[in-house]
Amino acid sequence: MIASLRAELLRLRRWPVTWVLCGTWLVLNLAFGYLFNYLSYRSRDGSGFAENITDAATARVLLRHLMPDQAPITLVAGLPMFGGALLLILGAITVGSGYGWGTWKTIFTTRPRRHTALGGTMAALGIVLAGLIAVTFVLDLIASFTVAAAESQPTTWPSLADSAQGFGAALLISAMWMAAGVLLGTLTRGPALAVGLGLVWSLVVENLLRGVAGLLGPVANVTDVLPGTAAGSLAGAVGALTQSDPNGTPGVTAVIGGTAATILLGAYLVLFLAGSLTLTARRDVTT
Amino acid sequence: MTEPIVTTRALTKRYGERLAADRVDLTVRRGEVYGFLGPNGAGKTTTLRMLLGLVRPTSGEATVLGQPPGASAGLSRIGALIEGPGFYPYLTGRDNLRVLARYAGLDDIAVEAALELVDLSGRGGDRFRSYSLGMKQRLGVAAALLGDPELLILDEPTNGLDPNGMADMRELIRTLADHGQTVLLSSHLLGEVEQICDRVGVIVAGRLLVESTVADLRGQASVLVRAEPLATAREVATNLIGAERVSTEDGALRLSIDASSTAELNRALVLSGVAVTEVRPVERTLEDAFIAMTKTREEIPS
Repeated sequence: MIASLRAELLRLRRWPVTWVLCGTWLVLNLAFGYLFNYLSYRSRDGSGFAENITDAATARVLLRHLMPDQAPITLVAGLPMFGGALLLILGAITVGSGYGWGTWKTIFTTRPRRHTALGGTMAALGIVLAGLIAVTFVLDLIASFTVAAAESQPTTWPSLADSAQGFGAALLISAMWMAAGVLLGTLTRGPALAVGLGLVWSLVVENLLRGVAGLLGPVANVTDVLPGTAAGSLAGAVGALTQSDPNGTPGVTAVIGGTAATILLGAYLVLFLAGSLTLTARRDVTT
Repeated sequence: MTEPIVTTRALTKRYGERLAADRVDLTVRRGEVYGFLGPNGAGKTTTLRMLLGLVRPTSGEATVLGQPPGASAGLSRIGALIEGPGFYPYLTGRDNLRVLARYAGLDDIAVEAALELVDLSGRGGDRFRSYSLGMKQRLGVAAALLGDPELLILDEPTNGLDPNGMADMRELIRTLADHGQTVLLSSHLLGEVEQICDRVGVIVAGRLLVESTVADLRGQASVLVRAEPLATAREVATNLIGAERVSTEDGALRLSIDASSTAELNRALVLSGVAVTEVRPVERTLEDAFIAMTKTREEIPS
């Protein structure tokens, strides 16, 4: 497993796609988490980009969310939908491309048992993920500190408990989406269909189902336990503004409680990883 | 040379109605170059995949280096290239091998040695996607050679190589065998198998038709005789060696006798007033043997 992990870390590190996807997430997080909100706040007098923030209360709320103690929440808010989608892509193409390139075939005839090799890939993706969340958090802290300094606000750093909670929630949400990508890449034995299906599911289908659930009560029983709902609910439970709030983030909900969402996300994570491992170990590798 | 290191018993793979491999019994002995010969789609790759554990047999058994196919302990002593090289296109050739070396628990020295063996050291720093077909194939062989495995399983190793590359690859395989490595290679090129293999297994439509040395497969040499009148020559030859060893082919006689008997035959023909214009030994090529065998196979429905 250690050997497989070392091998996968080497090839993920040298893969431009890893950097492009992680970089995209960092830019999106900073842009939507800080830049646009700060620009809205700065132009509250109607002279700038946004002309609708005229009352002082809204402006205060806006500024409040840009402060350092809110950084753990900003870290989590974008993950249920957009960040999750990017990480689903990374999971899907990391595993799916191996079938198209024939690298799984090469690896499975090299030495490690199949579940050890795929386990190494999963562990390497996990390390990439943990690193990415850590870097995101640090950048969010720097951005919020910069805003606080620029606006002459007192700098209140988030407590250790809040930071740990935010980091853990972010890791769980993104790991669940990435594992979904790994399962899709394994099922479809290729990157294209896996990414397509994953994105349609995470960005479109769940939202449509939630819309239907509003009209048909029983459907809600199903939509309440879907992966996207669980991810959104955990983000909401941590403190992110839901998509129905003004200035809320798409994908964030308050459908189920934080504990239920955590258990559900953990269950999906285990299910997706175990499903991928079982399928990989049992199937015929013919490409 | 006689210890079997690959054995299969009634190894079968069925895809729906189609039998990709049908009760294949093959034996590869330590130290030999074994040629797995057959036309495209005969079941060579499927059989090799089963030996490596990539594909699960429908029925039958296989043992490779004393292990069931796909077992870690076995795979660590096998190097394989199956149906074209599979590498990360964005990594350099060297980095691709480094990734595989890490998977195999080997160090980077093994990588340089393998690159050297296939003459890719100079281009090891280029990305795999920029390689020519032949270079990709050579990198595939380099990956198989990582860690100096006891057994090499190479599926059409000369695929995509130019004539020089093919010659180099054959020489490399012979050199490896001379150093004690066992090679199991598949090919649809008869000439290639004839040149480098000690023994061959011929597979057609999933069935292993024969397994023997190249010499045995070629069978007995024969002698071609051109003479006038042909009818008299045929009569003389039939009296001398028996009708079953005489056949007519393209206006000449083909006699199943040793080249050493030609003098006696010639004398008999001349004494009977036959004008002999040509007498020469004819060695059957593997191609002749192969065509004869596949024809027989088609004529006898299983």
